[in-house]
Amino acid sequence: MSAAPAAAEPLVRLEDVHTYYAKSHILDGISLHIGAGEVVGLLGRNGVGKSTTLKTIMGLVRPSSGSVRFEGREIGGFAPDRLARLGIGYVPEDRRIFRLLTVMENLRTGLDRRGVMEARKQELLAKVFEYFPVLSERRSQAGGTLSGGEQQMLAIARAMMLEPKIILLDEPTEGLMPRMVSQIGAIIDVLRRDGVAVLLVEQNVPLTLAACARVYIIEKGAVRHHAPSSELRASDAVIHQYLGV
Amino acid sequence: MRNRHAVAYWTGFSVILLLLIVAPLVLPEFWRRFLTEILIWGLLAMSSDVLIGYTGMVSFGHSGFFGLGMYGAGAALLLVAPPNLFLALAFGLAAAGVNALFVAYFATRLRDIYFAITTLIFSQIMYVVIFTWTSLTGGENGLTFRAPPLGLPGVLAAPFTPQTLHWFVLAVVVLSYLLLRRIMQSPFGMVLQSIRENEARTRAIGYPVQRYKIVAVMLSGLFAGLAGVLYAIQNRFAAPDFVFFLVSGETVIFNVMGGIGTLVGPIVGAGFFLILREALSRSFTEAYLIPVGIVFIAMVIFMPQGLLGFARKWLNR
Amino acid sequence: MQDLLDIILIQTVNGVVTGMILALVASGLTLIFGIMDVVNFAHGELFMLGAYLGVVVFATTGSFWLALLFATLIVALLGAALQIVTLRPLIGRDPLTTILATFGVSLVLQNYALWQFGPVARNIREPITSHFTLFYLEYPWYRIAIAALSAGIIGSLWLFLKYGRYGIWIRATIQDRVMAQAMGIPVPWVYTAVFAIGAGMAAASGVLFGPLVGVNHAMGLDWILKAFIVVVVGGMGNLGGSILASIFVSLMEAYASIWVSPAQAVIASFVVLILTLLFRPTGLFVPTPK
Repeated sequence: MSAAPAAAEPLVRLEDVHTYYAKSHILDGISLHIGAGEVVGLLGRNGVGKSTTLKTIMGLVRPSSGSVRFEGREIGGFAPDRLARLGIGYVPEDRRIFRLLTVMENLRTGLDRRGVMEARKQELLAKVFEYFPVLSERRSQAGGTLSGGEQQMLAIARAMMLEPKIILLDEPTEGLMPRMVSQIGAIIDVLRRDGVAVLLVEQNVPLTLAACARVYIIEKGAVRHHAPSSELRASDAVIHQYLGV
Repeated sequence: MRNRHAVAYWTGFSVILLLLIVAPLVLPEFWRRFLTEILIWGLLAMSSDVLIGYTGMVSFGHSGFFGLGMYGAGAALLLVAPPNLFLALAFGLAAAGVNALFVAYFATRLRDIYFAITTLIFSQIMYVVIFTWTSLTGGENGLTFRAPPLGLPGVLAAPFTPQTLHWFVLAVVVLSYLLLRRIMQSPFGMVLQSIRENEARTRAIGYPVQRYKIVAVMLSGLFAGLAGVLYAIQNRFAAPDFVFFLVSGETVIFNVMGGIGTLVGPIVGAGFFLILREALSRSFTEAYLIPVGIVFIAMVIFMPQGLLGFARKWLNR
Repeated sequence: MQDLLDIILIQTVNGVVTGMILALVASGLTLIFGIMDVVNFAHGELFMLGAYLGVVVFATTGSFWLALLFATLIVALLGAALQIVTLRPLIGRDPLTTILATFGVSLVLQNYALWQFGPVARNIREPITSHFTLFYLEYPWYRIAIAALSAGIIGSLWLFLKYGRYGIWIRATIQDRVMAQAMGIPVPWVYTAVFAIGAGMAAASGVLFGPLVGVNHAMGLDWILKAFIVVVVGGMGNLGGSILASIFVSLMEAYASIWVSPAQAVIASFVVLILTLLFRPTGLFVPTPK
């Protein structure tokens, strides 16, 4: 059933995770895993718990039970800043770039880490400006003055500054024009080439199936179906059943 | 289940009430006076609970209402001869009431910290005015006057003895408690609590939230003024120190220590604080407020539901 | 008439000088509120402790500048310790609890000062006692010096926030503390650092202001009230606004004290607050009401 090699401990593993928000039961025993360098998708209707899954991995939501592991180590309850330093990057829904900071300052929030040589920082900046030339143009502009698509690029670039082992992407194409969607696909390819794993939450099914090797389908806070994208591309039936598209 | 709680509660209440009634007969004068003071400060704290515990508004300006009650009573006792208890009450409540109306009008437009700061500022304005308007208020030295007799002049006037004064204060405090309890459990009180829970929703349902807040502040201010009147009668002086911010701060401390939203909690809190302060002032003659402050901070962090809340949890185990 | 003009002139300068000191105090308070939603009731006591430490260090070393340096550093450290012990446990709780906790701290600090230094006011000698001629009037150099120093400290703070590496962390945390954490910024430590900076600034104000009035354990309350007013009038969390508001409020008080006693002149600032709350509650100097 799983496409990744089963012997090695996966980069991220969730096992039977439950979370609550006041009295609402959001994640109801969700289990999934992502291997190093893998691009994995999470599909599902609105409100089923996709974003919450990402937030739980990022430490923004505390699981009430179940196990969340990163590189084999239990991280449930760890503070988000610790997880960012351990190598988890987060690109939230609605981007949340620092609007009053310039593009450069936004990037520096991820770049200014301990133990990183100045040369390496310049390399990272150069790389990101190569992938996102418009950010280089606008580097002294305040984040809030950027367009939606540019902000999305900044949000991803900012996460890349952490040199993470996995990037959690929450609905990156939401609110973007169609031609930007393919750009997002290209960025995900770049990340994969660099060996960065990606957990992609999306409503855009074609993009997800094209970019990801495997897809989990979530419903009511738990995994209902799990298959390689090739299988899902071949037959519409499953997608239709769970997502109604 | 509820009935069992109610029975237990009122039994406990009656026992304590009985103890308080008997107290002046057995306690030495110092402690009798101490106990009466606990009741008066407790009434002040209880009045503040109407706002903090039930409406969700923290007031840092209760010293203003308390002080005006005190000065109002003093004015009545100085201006009208023979000194008249009811006139003292009337003047004190009127003074506190007018102040409360004024404060309510301005402060209730704001929420949370802005409300708290505005109440603080108003009480400081009162303090500055009282402190500097020496010809009217005696300034720094305050006013001294004689205690009125209990009863109507001309009909029946028995001067207060320590015991009768204590019983009078006790009666006023108990009646205030019962009255406030009744009000808080009425539809009006329920709306206040709804404002505390979720102000936006209460407003959305259609309640004129600001009007309710104004009434709450007035209610709170009146009972605080009442406490001031009692204090004036017991101690026979009025001084600007009691309008100073520290009194407001201590009031909030009593509330938190005792348990907000319980009405009796603040009285317990007042008792606890005053006893703690008395005990510590014997061992640490100069710096006794330091450990008191530390205990307070510890309670805010570890026992936010106050002594009463803590006891309730413990009893429910 | 000439006399009145003279007095108005002097009071204007006095108002600006006091305003700069108030700005230093209020900036710390605004910064702390802006970043962690904490209304630091103990801020006035940090000011007071700074003043007392200034007295002590000055008495030991005879140097005003060493007094300024040490008082600032020691109180900054104290501030960090206070934040870690009393405020960190309260993160995420009802904002009322932080007001209460800092109120408790102010009680403890005030009484500590009373215990250690007694109730009688102390004096610090002004380091610069010469006067200069302001137009045709004599005006003490010292007051100009403290206004300049305050401006310098606030300016440094502004530069640090804008260009310093940790300044970016602080600004990011103010804007979005959750995302700041997700970017690896250790937000709890940023809180501690900001509290320490605010405390240090309050202490510096205390040392600078000390020579102008006596230093006593209760001086904190006046300043915290004024600082609160300034923070509200300037717009909560708005650094530039609080500086303008500080000068404005201090000028109002300075002019008022031409006609009434200083104790009563304080009401001028209260009136400014009330008017602001009635007509421009988001702040007098905030460009557009939100």
